[in-house]
Amino acid sequence: MPDVIDHRPNRPSLPERIKRDPAPTRLQYRLERMWLRPIWRQAVRVGVPSFLIALTAGLWLADEDRRATLTGGVRQVMDKVQSREEFLVRTMTVEGASPVVDKALRAMLPVELPASSFDIDLTALRLQVMQLDVIESIDLRIKPGGILSAVVKEREPAILWRHARGIDILDRSGHRVASVTARDVRADLPLIAGDGADLAVTEALALIDAAGPILPRVRGLVRRGERRWDLELDHGQRIMLPADGAVIALQAAMALERSQDMLGRDIVAVDLRNPSRPVLRLGIEARNTLRQARGQPLLGPDGRIIQDEEKTEG
Amino acid sequence: MAELYQTQRAMRNIRRAALQRGVIGILDIGTSKIACLVLRFDGTGTFRETDGVGPMAGQANFRVIGAASTRSRGMRRGEIEVMAETERAIRTVVAAAQKIAGVRVDHVIACLSGGRPASYGLAGDITLEAGRVHDHDVARVLAACDAPDFGRGREVLHAQPVNFAVDNRSSLGDPRDHVGNRLSCDMHVLTVDGDVIGNLIQCIRRCDLELAGIASAAYASARASLVEDEQELGAACIDLGGGGTGVSIFVKKHMIFADAVRIGGHLITQDIAQGLRVPLPVAERLKTLSGGVEATGRDDREMLDLGGAEASGWDGERRSVSRADLIGIMRPRVEEILENARQVLDAAGFDQMPSQQIVLTGGGSQIPGLDGLAARILGPTIRCGRPLRIDGLAHQFTDPGFASAVGLALFAAHPQDEWWDFEMPADSYPTRSLRRAYRWFRNNW
Repeated sequence: MPDVIDHRPNRPSLPERIKRDPAPTRLQYRLERMWLRPIWRQAVRVGVPSFLIALTAGLWLADEDRRATLTGGVRQVMDKVQSREEFLVRTMTVEGASPVVDKALRAMLPVELPASSFDIDLTALRLQVMQLDVIESIDLRIKPGGILSAVVKEREPAILWRHARGIDILDRSGHRVASVTARDVRADLPLIAGDGADLAVTEALALIDAAGPILPRVRGLVRRGERRWDLELDHGQRIMLPADGAVIALQAAMALERSQDMLGRDIVAVDLRNPSRPVLRLGIEARNTLRQARGQPLLGPDGRIIQDEEKTEG
Repeated sequence: MAELYQTQRAMRNIRRAALQRGVIGILDIGTSKIACLVLRFDGTGTFRETDGVGPMAGQANFRVIGAASTRSRGMRRGEIEVMAETERAIRTVVAAAQKIAGVRVDHVIACLSGGRPASYGLAGDITLEAGRVHDHDVARVLAACDAPDFGRGREVLHAQPVNFAVDNRSSLGDPRDHVGNRLSCDMHVLTVDGDVIGNLIQCIRRCDLELAGIASAAYASARASLVEDEQELGAACIDLGGGGTGVSIFVKKHMIFADAVRIGGHLITQDIAQGLRVPLPVAERLKTLSGGVEATGRDDREMLDLGGAEASGWDGERRSVSRADLIGIMRPRVEEILENARQVLDAAGFDQMPSQQIVLTGGGSQIPGLDGLAARILGPTIRCGRPLRIDGLAHQFTDPGFASAVGLALFAAHPQDEWWDFEMPADSYPTRSLRRAYRWFRNNW
């Protein structure tokens, strides 16, 4: 203790008393030990801040107006970015499409050009376009310079298919291309008919190729029982082809035709359903000629035997 | 002794659990300072080239990750005097060590320097029925040791089997599977005051810590300071502490005797404070910085400032004394301490030992010239020991004052066999516990 105690108001402040033997209080000690537990540390360092953030965000968003302001602001910013000059699509180019398809494509575009490229969903547009039967594939992309380019590959019409609901144009794979109202619209295409004929278009085309020499006489192919073909010729003639090896059977028939002018004779049907045993069905005239030579009663146009009584009566 | 057996076993299980978790605290509660080390047992045993010395004497499976020490409070002669003060000191040191280590310490191993330790050598003898020593025979022979009356309120702190003999083949470390007819053992039992241990346990429990083991400070500092050869051939370790001086004798790597002299370094400080009429902190500083036991002519001219007005207090004058005066005050007290240690050693029969090596450790062993004085009093083969190097311990904790902390770390890493490590033979369980078990069954089913 100093000898004279200084009581002056402006006395120099005494050096602070050094606290000897400092010790943490029990609470401090326990808190410190709790803090050294990893789970507490995690809870305080991660849990509390995230909880506070979630709480403030939740409280702030609880108000309807604020939510509206927020969503409005976000949308505004998005619009601002999306409607920039760089993202603008001005024109649409269509390559490889006929004028009708071109028009349809332009009509399918969901937005009016010019529009932002963010508004054009190319994937959805492509799926929508692919639903058109006439289009085999389409390559849609946005090119620099604001051009929406569509490179279209159309299906090629290969054959006509007459069925119960009308006439369809099919391509080589049997996929529908378009409908026509009459056969005469596409007289250049061969005709097939019958149920399930569209599933065997490849075979039908091969048969038509094989029927080369008699092609002007061919009226069409008829699918029978969804398994085999009949080749229909004019004058009511037809070639019945087997289910398997129809092309080979037709080639055999063509060989017969070439060598013996088979189809120029009075034959109604060539039955090749059993390839090892071709059967010819004669016409009524030929049969009557034969019958006459044999002295048998003649046949009427309905195939029945004309009775002698009628003759005597007539 | 069955109850003690159970508590010691429980502590050992706690220690095993703590080692499994990998972190254990060492709490050396001394009279002048409290030290806390936090050990991490990772079992890597890595040896770093920078350490220079060989692979840490096999102590490489743990490292110190936090260490702190503080001035002790509320302690007197190695015993707790004011429990709240001691608790605050423990809290301080544990909090500091935890902060350095960055992990929470739940289990601590503590040491006890006071409590009037008393050592007993017990002998047990059994007949081997099988003609061969089995595991349960070891437990049986330990249980067969006839314990004398330790006195009221005495607790067994250590009960270590020191020596086994089968028939006439003695000094066996491990008697298992030896063929013979008789198995006898010598056990060293160290007892202390039960109340002192109870206070310590209570104090540690109040700090939210769990006690995973307890050892005698004399034993711990000897583990740290005696090198392996000294432990094997026989040596005495004198731990010159603040409140007391611990004496322990080792031979064949086992402690065979331990005792404590109840005067220590604080008494020297007290003498200086009285003799020079200075406050205790000043006296402590004088003792630590300029103390000694051998005066030379130069010391007459070396004047020590006793501090100014704030230090010497009421008279306000600046005084100084020569170092020779200081030495003149210290020397008789140091001599007295060493004389007492000599008496303890004589009582233990240390002069009959094959090796007369004496190792001085503890904070008091840093007095300059102590080895010369001790050699005159205790015997010629004497050295001042520093604790063993352990991995990760900061340099300021490697001085002799921390020998018992380091020794506790070694005790935690490599505990010696104690009686309670062996399964107790079933027939020596007291019938009381069987009756209690029966009652528990009857009450619950």
